[in-house]
Amino acid sequence: MSTEVLTPAAPASADQPRRVSTSVSAGDRVFRGAMRAAGLAVLALTGMILAFLLIQGVSAFRQAGISFFSSQSFTPTASKFGIASLLVNGIIVAVIALVIAIPVAVATALYISEYAPRRLRRPLITLIDLMAAIPSIVVALWGLYFLMGRAVGLQTWLARHLGFIPFLKVNGDLSVPSTLVGSPFITGVVVAILVIPIVTSLCREIFSQAPQAEREGAYALGATRWGMVRSVVLPFGRSGIIGSGMLGMGRALGDAVVISFLASPIATINPHILQSGANGIPFAILLDRNNGPKWLAALMAAGVVLFALTLVINILGAVATGRSRSGLVTV
Amino acid sequence: MAVAEQGSRAATAQPEQPAQVQQAPAPAERRVRIRQVSRDGVLSVVGSAASSLALTWVLYERILSLNGALGFWVSWYVIFLLMYTAVAALQWDARIVRDRVASVAFGTGGLLVCAVVFSVIVYVAVRGWRAFVNAGFFAHTMATTGPLSPLGSGGVLHAVVGTLEQLGLATLFAVPLGIASAIFLSEVGGFLARPVRVLVEAMTSLPDIIAGLFVLAFVILTLGVQESGFAAALALTVTMMPIVARGSEAVLRIVPAMLREASYALGASQWRTVWNVILPTARSGLATVVVLGMARGIGETAPILLTAGYAQGMNANPLHGWQTSLVTYIFNEHSVPHPNDQVRTFGAALTLVVLVLILFITARWLGGGKPGELSRRDRRRIAREAARP
Repeated sequence: MSTEVLTPAAPASADQPRRVSTSVSAGDRVFRGAMRAAGLAVLALTGMILAFLLIQGVSAFRQAGISFFSSQSFTPTASKFGIASLLVNGIIVAVIALVIAIPVAVATALYISEYAPRRLRRPLITLIDLMAAIPSIVVALWGLYFLMGRAVGLQTWLARHLGFIPFLKVNGDLSVPSTLVGSPFITGVVVAILVIPIVTSLCREIFSQAPQAEREGAYALGATRWGMVRSVVLPFGRSGIIGSGMLGMGRALGDAVVISFLASPIATINPHILQSGANGIPFAILLDRNNGPKWLAALMAAGVVLFALTLVINILGAVATGRSRSGLVTV
Repeated sequence: MAVAEQGSRAATAQPEQPAQVQQAPAPAERRVRIRQVSRDGVLSVVGSAASSLALTWVLYERILSLNGALGFWVSWYVIFLLMYTAVAALQWDARIVRDRVASVAFGTGGLLVCAVVFSVIVYVAVRGWRAFVNAGFFAHTMATTGPLSPLGSGGVLHAVVGTLEQLGLATLFAVPLGIASAIFLSEVGGFLARPVRVLVEAMTSLPDIIAGLFVLAFVILTLGVQESGFAAALALTVTMMPIVARGSEAVLRIVPAMLREASYALGASQWRTVWNVILPTARSGLATVVVLGMARGIGETAPILLTAGYAQGMNANPLHGWQTSLVTYIFNEHSVPHPNDQVRTFGAALTLVVLVLILFITARWLGGGKPGELSRRDRRRIAREAARP
């Protein structure tokens, strides 16, 4: 108003933001370039992994052709290699692991972010971090010597009483433990222990960002805590749960050590999850790594498939979790 | 009840002598505590836990004669939830019952995770204790130890040396690269920041064996470098770098923008701001991230199996020749079916767990404090610098 009085002759024009032009100093230019290079190194690394695995594995692809994806037998010395059974068996184990891990992880994450007393929260978060850092080989030892024998009873019971469900059927003598040990089920249970901390910490991060006002609104409307969780926290975190589940899937598909300790290797697709015999691409890589160049080429080709598959799953998962994580605005 | 009684008494007292009530000093405001733990609630949980345990034992061990601990605990849990639902339904209405059952279910999720972690650590400690307390275990290598040698003869010295060297080299490579890409994500930005961020997140849970395979394909087969501790360190770098980058970015993001703006307002250039303001502010958080990254890296098994080879004796030179680390030691030793080798396997596993725990305690000790929060040491240093003429 006062400006009108002061400058009555000035033409009325909309305010325009002044353009700020700063000259970037030479030091800054070098700094930004160096940091950008480090960021791009991640992109370059991904590209290089793909490129070098392809270079080493291309002869296997060329030799096997389309049968690489359809054949179940993986014996490169006989020039016969298909990864169908490795891939499908690996996915079976990963799915079992996720079926166990996701409910446990989501429950734990909800407990930490919504239910736990304040002074218990930090120690629990540390515990989840610790669980993520326990070496997979130690978990594998525990699974093999501690858990496997204790799980046979459950497997026998499931096979005996729920055997009419196709995938729980077991062909063979149930009274002999060897028909049940090294099954996809027990392998999946132990892999779940590797997956739980990843999913838990991602879910917890997302749940704790559910808007406070909406929580209070739910309480004000008379919701119980579960009512609040169901109507505010879970809808808010849905894409986060899906995304962290996918990142967990990537981890489960890529596990090599637990499978190599627990599973009895098998060369055909084993749809009976309680029956002995499980496999996966990482297991094959670990098992056959010293069998000569022909094997190695086939393993590299299998590695390309594993890498591409897990990268796609993980990127989808990262996008989904990123969407519900606030504060991620790019500068 | 008590509150309601007091309230009603006050309500009846007020109309009689309003003046007196007003004159009386206002009672100190008491914070209403919403009690989460009530006697009924606790007793319901404990009671249903105990009774379902008893019922499961009778059914599982005596009547149905099933076996296996896993099955026992799974059935106990199912019966416990059912029993708790029934006990809750006797006392409360359906809405409260759902709430209570949900909170018990989530709580047991947390309990299960604790149980698994402790079970793993305790089991490894019990099985490996005999080797771990053996004085020679950390002084010997496996160079002169055969399958029938006594427990006192073999050890993990070479494996510990290998692990520390490989981890040290990997940290040396991964930390600058990881923090630099975190700075790129949080300070420099640009149109590439989004894809890089997504990719970093995706790479954190990439199969670790791919890192090994990549180093095998690139460094060993293409460049012709021998299988060695150095190659293993490169593979570890590939797995640790995204972990460090992701964690560091989360730490840098919560540095208050105020500090950044103050630095720019004083005329500092960007790299000065990052170097003198942002990184020191986030120091304790970054240190925690680095140590947690090391704790993750130390247990990576598959990439090392593909790149480091395996030696029975000491090889302290990471650049030349096969080098054993704790994880490859466990992997190889575990396949020897002799009892002493089994004990050594668990002894090495216990060593690994202890190293991880040490790294964890270090991380907690270093901080994990909020950015800009000063430790006692920082405050002393600042006071010292201020006192200097």
